[in-house]
Amino acid sequence: MPDNTAAKTAQPGAAARVLSGTHFMLGDHACAEGALAAGVDFFAGYPITPSTEIAEHLARRLPDVGGRFVQMEDELGSMAAIIGASAAGARSLTATSGPGFSLMMESIGLAAMMEIPCVVANVQRASPSTGLPTMVGQSDILQARWGSHGDYGVIAYCPESPQECFDLTVRAFNAADQYRVPVFILMDEVVGHMAERVVIPDATDVPFVPRKGPESAPDGDPFYCYAADEDLVPRIAHAGDGYKVHMTGLTHDERGYPALDAETHDQLINRLVDKIRMNAADIEMHDEIDLDDAETVVISLGCTARSARHAVNEARADGISCGFLRLITVWPFPEKRIRELVAKGNVKRFVVPEINLGQLRREVERLTQLPVLRLNHAGGAMPEPEKILELIRI
Amino acid sequence: MSVTEQTVHPTADVHPIDHLLRADRLPHILCPGCGIGIVIHSYAQAIAESGMPENDHVCVSGIGCSGRAAGYVNVDSYHTTHGRALPFALGIAVHKPDLNVTVISGDGDLTAIGGNHLIHAARRNANLNVICINNFNYGMTGGQVGPTTPIGARGSTAPRGTTERPFNLPYLAKATGAVFVARWTILHVREFQQAILRSMQKKGFCFIEVLAPCPTSFGRANKIGDGLHEMEIYRERCRIEHGASNFEDLDIDLIDDKKSITVGNFVDIEREAFLS
Ligand code: SF4
Repeated sequence: MPDNTAAKTAQPGAAARVLSGTHFMLGDHACAEGALAAGVDFFAGYPITPSTEIAEHLARRLPDVGGRFVQMEDELGSMAAIIGASAAGARSLTATSGPGFSLMMESIGLAAMMEIPCVVANVQRASPSTGLPTMVGQSDILQARWGSHGDYGVIAYCPESPQECFDLTVRAFNAADQYRVPVFILMDEVVGHMAERVVIPDATDVPFVPRKGPESAPDGDPFYCYAADEDLVPRIAHAGDGYKVHMTGLTHDERGYPALDAETHDQLINRLVDKIRMNAADIEMHDEIDLDDAETVVISLGCTARSARHAVNEARADGISCGFLRLITVWPFPEKRIRELVAKGNVKRFVVPEINLGQLRREVERLTQLPVLRLNHAGGAMPEPEKILELIRI
Repeated sequence: MSVTEQTVHPTADVHPIDHLLRADRLPHILCPGCGIGIVIHSYAQAIAESGMPENDHVCVSGIGCSGRAAGYVNVDSYHTTHGRALPFALGIAVHKPDLNVTVISGDGDLTAIGGNHLIHAARRNANLNVICINNFNYGMTGGQVGPTTPIGARGSTAPRGTTERPFNLPYLAKATGAVFVARWTILHVREFQQAILRSMQKKGFCFIEVLAPCPTSFGRANKIGDGLHEMEIYRERCRIEHGASNFEDLDIDLIDDKKSITVGNFVDIEREAFLS
């Protein structure tokens, strides 16, 4: 039976994979180091601002630790290549920004349908189209959830600092493998291009969640690569393992064989969505400040959370009843926590600052009848704490 | 007088390559007279003859009738999205260089929507075997013209005949860097199988174009008749020229029945393969 854990520690130069210690590091580089610490074997990507530093960093580092780096001809190819490598057992990553993310949507749907784990770092810039290539945006939030055609579940982390770029990248690889899904690291240009203190733990302290492999030997009981366990996640076997798997983007049965009927389709697609929805309590992450008695709750993520936190602290210093909910995963969305806050009755309004025209606010509005005050900027600049404070004071 | 004795020929219970097909998926979806079945058979036969462990073989396909090939071979097999079989396969081949990765897909999949990946996989000499089934049209969607449709041939999106110049695929593969380039038809089963075998033994980007009838779509629109009739065209007009010297002569003109169709193993060179 394939043993992922052994493969990682046996890699040549394993020690150099994890740069344990304290560093002053760019967010993009921290993401790359997080991938290395998580055991990334394969990177395929196409240069695009503001994510290029991730690729450049891995081009230097990955071959030295036994991994493979490929610069592809485009993002369509990059995404397909990381899925292929993962189908052969690799922990695989690509990094991009809006225009590339759009191209990747096609194969992101394939990864979701084939249930092949992979990680995509999207360092968001001001969009749509070419937009402001070097300047910040947070407008791919809904695209990350709904971008490829059809229904499926995904996981998306939103780091607010280089430290979180490291930590959440490690987490992204583990979540991808645990749930057999594409996982996004939804960074933004400010976080990607910001240098801060990053503490990298000892290699033994980097969490590692292996993929669930087959329970029987290749010549033993028949192995079905789409027979889901109780957690709704099926076990996976890789190319070359001897299980003769078949995987397809077509609607398929438990064997992976095309089964082109409405009933199979309905069951399969529900499972793809439910395996994230049912496990949301384990996956979803957020941070909170003083939410219990707050009348005003600010909700934010990514670099915007830094401005928002500043504003919340100032407001509280002024005696305003105000709390802060920072999303670490935007998908799954912290629906349960927001519903709880609404049900408790003390909250009078929400404030949602974001660098897009209301993508996060739309999600919050879905969960409450309370006023949701907005602070939007289409992209290119971070919201100033003073502007958020003005809204809190209303 | 009645026949009382009959010579009984010994019959095999199983065909020697049965285990290389996913028998539980049969019958297949292909039309009568379609050439794709022979391609699948030839690939399975080549696996059997390769002497390599079956578990070391991987098959990747894109979308279309030809893209269904991966679904019938009993090796690790992946039926990907339209045009992306090559980069998907590259990911497998780079991560596990000891695997023998073969891409079986159609002309539209590999050279239209996947054309960019084709030229770059060849350029970087990715360690892949490519079997490009050329039936001159998009069969599955009902016979639209594509980048290999010969000038003048008809399709549902070119009812008066296409005016676009088609790709000369061996020329394209050679020019972009393939280390093995061949063209055969499904009439040339042995030669085709040997070419697949050669591509399995070689490191680097190997490209085999195989002409195959699509009687349902291309054949009907162009009054070629059934699959057998297209095989007759192959038999009458194909000329074997290994190591062809002038690649421009490899254009296929299906309309002018005086023009020959050149087949053979055209390129077999050594060049360092990509990350393998
Ligand atoms: S439509 Fe053409 S290519 Fe497709 S299965 Fe039928 S004959 Fe073969």
